[in-house]
Amino acid sequence: MNVANEKVINDLLRPIGYGKGFLIWMSFLTAALVACLYAYVIQLKVGLGVTGLRDYVSWGIYIANFVFFVATSLIGMLISAVLGLTQIKWASPLARIAEIISLAFAAVAGLVIISDMGRPDRFLYLFFYGRIQSPIIWDVTVVTTYVVISTLLLYLPMIPDIALCRDRLTHVPKWQRKLYEILSVNWQNSENQQRIIRQGVKTLLILIIPVALAIHTVTSWLFAVTHRPGWDSTIFGPYFVTGAFVSGTAAVIIAMYVFRKIYHLEQYITVDLFDKIGKLLVLVSLVYLYFNINEYLVPVYKLKHADAAHLHELFQGRFAVLYWSVQLGGLLLPIILLLFKPMRKPLPLLIVAIFVIIGAWFKRYLIVIPTMQHPFLPIQNVPIEYQIYKPTLIEIAITIAPIILVLMIITVLSKTFPVLPIQEVESHEDN
Amino acid sequence: MGNIRTGLKNASRRKFLQQLALWGGGSVLAGGAIASALHYEHKKKGVPHIKEIAEHTHQLKVNKEALSELQRRGREGIPGKRWIWVIDLAKCKNAQRCMSACQQAHHLRPEQSHMNVLVMQASEHTPAYYMPKPCQHCDNPPCVSVCPVDATFKRQDGVVLIDNQRCIGCRFCIAACPYNARMFNWIEPLYAKEDANMEYNVELNLPQRKGTITKCLMSADRLREGKLPYCVSACPNGVYWFGDENEDVVTNGTTHETMRLSELLEKNGAYQLMPELGTKPRVYYLPPKGRSVPVKEEDKEKAIEYVHHFES
Repeated sequence: MNVANEKVINDLLRPIGYGKGFLIWMSFLTAALVACLYAYVIQLKVGLGVTGLRDYVSWGIYIANFVFFVATSLIGMLISAVLGLTQIKWASPLARIAEIISLAFAAVAGLVIISDMGRPDRFLYLFFYGRIQSPIIWDVTVVTTYVVISTLLLYLPMIPDIALCRDRLTHVPKWQRKLYEILSVNWQNSENQQRIIRQGVKTLLILIIPVALAIHTVTSWLFAVTHRPGWDSTIFGPYFVTGAFVSGTAAVIIAMYVFRKIYHLEQYITVDLFDKIGKLLVLVSLVYLYFNINEYLVPVYKLKHADAAHLHELFQGRFAVLYWSVQLGGLLLPIILLLFKPMRKPLPLLIVAIFVIIGAWFKRYLIVIPTMQHPFLPIQNVPIEYQIYKPTLIEIAITIAPIILVLMIITVLSKTFPVLPIQEVESHEDN
Repeated sequence: MGNIRTGLKNASRRKFLQQLALWGGGSVLAGGAIASALHYEHKKKGVPHIKEIAEHTHQLKVNKEALSELQRRGREGIPGKRWIWVIDLAKCKNAQRCMSACQQAHHLRPEQSHMNVLVMQASEHTPAYYMPKPCQHCDNPPCVSVCPVDATFKRQDGVVLIDNQRCIGCRFCIAACPYNARMFNWIEPLYAKEDANMEYNVELNLPQRKGTITKCLMSADRLREGKLPYCVSACPNGVYWFGDENEDVVTNGTTHETMRLSELLEKNGAYQLMPELGTKPRVYYLPPKGRSVPVKEEDKEKAIEYVHHFES
C-alpha cells in the first residue's frame, strides 16, 4: 500500500460520521416529514376527498410522483450494469452514488403508491387475493424484486470498503463499529473472497437489467393497457424507460455536485467526470427526444377524434404553458446547451440538471392528468371541482413526504459509508 | 506434451461437468419452485368453487368458504339468465327520475350518478339529444381485467358487480373504464352512520364504504326478486327496455309492454357505445329519431361545447 492510496482512503473515509451539519439537516428533514405525515393522517381520517382527485381525474400527483420515483430509480441499472458490463471505466466511481439513488427511490416508490390507496388497511389483500391478470400485481412483484437486487448491488461491492471502515474508523460510536463488523462479514481481502464478490456482482449486474426494464415497462402499462387517448400507446414501455434515464442521470449529477462540495471530494469527483456525465445526459435525452417525437407526432398527423382533444389541450389549451416549458426547458434546451463544453462544467451542469429533473417530474404530471381530464364521454351533472383537477395543499404535502424520505435515506447512507468505491478510485488514481 | 494435453482436456472436462451440474441444479430448483407454486395454487382451489362467468374468455374462480351467503350468491349471479338493456334515446326527455331513484336505492350523494343522463351531440350539424348512461356491463370488461384483488367481477348472468369489502381503492378500474361508469367514495358515504349495522349486500352495494368504488349494479337485488331495475321502473317516458337475452324478450319499464329483443334491435337500428373498443357492452341504444320534445337551449350549449372540444 503506497502513500497515494493511503491518501485516497483517508479522503474518502473522512466524510463519514454524524457531525453538527448532519444533525441540523436531519432535524430539518424530520420536522418537514412530520408536518407532511400530519397531512396524511388527515387524509386517513377524512378520506381521499381531501385531495383534488374526483371521479373523472381519479389519478393525480400521487401517481405522477410514483412514476417519477420508479423512473429515477432506474439510473443504478444504467450506470452500474450497462456502463459497468461494457467496461466504460470513467463511470465506475459513480456506481455507488447511482446505486444509493436507485435504492432510495425504489424503496420509497412503494410508499408513494400506498398514499394513493383508498383503503391502505387492505394493502395485504394484494398478496392474499392477488390476480395475476392485473398489471398492479406485476408492478408490486417487479418493484419488490428490484429493491432487493438494488440493495444487494449496493451492498456486495461495498463490503471491502465496509471492512476498511471497520479497521480504520476506531473513533466512531460503538454501535457503528458493531455495524461495520457485522456488515463486513469477516472480510479479509483474500483472493477467494474477492473472487466470490466479483462473481456475485457480475451476476447481479446481469440480473438487474431485465428487472429494471420490467419495473418501468410495467409501470407504463398501468396506463397503456387502458383505452384512453394519450395512454393508448404501444411505445409507452420504451418511452418511459428512456425518460427514466434522463431524470436518473440528472439526479446523479445533482448528488455528485452536492457530495463534491460538502464532502470536499473535488479531487475525486473531477471536472472531467462532470464533462463525461454531461455528455451521457445529452445522449439519453436525445434518445428520449426521439421517443417523444414518435409519441406526439404520429397521433397529431392523424388527429383521431379522441386524440385530437387531448393533443389540443396539450399544445394550445389549458396545459400548453406547462407542456412547452417541460418539452423545451426540460429536454430540448438542455440538449442544445450541453453540446457546449463550458456548459458541462460542474456549476452550469448542476443548473441544467435541476431544470431537467423538475421538467421530468412535470412530464409525469402531463402524462397522467390531461388524459384523465379528457374522457370519451362528456363530464356532466357534477360540481365544478369534479370537472377540473387542482391538487390541494394536503395532497401536495403528502407528495413532498416521499421526496423528504429519499433525501433522508441518501443522507444517512452517504454519512455511514464512503460515497465513492475506494478500490475503483484507487485504480483510477494509479492510471 | 501428452501429459499437458490430457491435463488440459481433464480441466476443461471438469469445468464442463461443473457447469453442467450448476445449470442442471439450477433448472431442477427453478422447476421445483414452479411445480410447488402450481401445486399450492391447485390446493388453494381445492375447496368448492363458483364459476363466475359463463364467457369462456373470462373464467374466474373464488374461494367459496371465505364469503358470506349474500356474497356467495351475489358473486354467482342468477343461473340461466343473460340480462340485457335497451335504451330508447327518442323517448328521453331528461326527466332524471332514473338518476334520483338510483341514488335513493344505493344511498348515493347527489354528485354520484350510477345512471347519468348526458346531453350529447355527434357534430355541429346534427341535433343534440339526451343519453342516459349506466354501466355498460361489458362482456369483455376492462375494469374486471385490471382489478388486482378480484373486487370487481363479471357474473354468469352478465352483471358486473363491485365487492366493497374486497376493494383496496386503487382506482385502476376507473382509469380503465372508457364509459366513466365508476365512482369512488372520496369521503364518508351519505348514510354511513345509519347503515353501519347493515349486513353487506353485494347486489345492492350497501352499506357504501369510504375509500371504495361504487357503480351501477343493474339493480342485481331487484333482479333476484324478479323485478325491473330501480331506474327502469322510475322512468315516466318509456325510455328503458330490460330483459333476458336468453329468452329474447324485453319489457318496457313504463308501459310494461313486452317485445321480442331481436325485433326491437333490428327495426330501430340499435347500436352500442364505442363498440370499436371491443368491450362488448350489454347495453343497446336506439337512435334519437323522431323525438317529441326538443332539447333545452342551455343543454344545447353544453352539447355543442362538447362537440367543439373534440373538433378543435
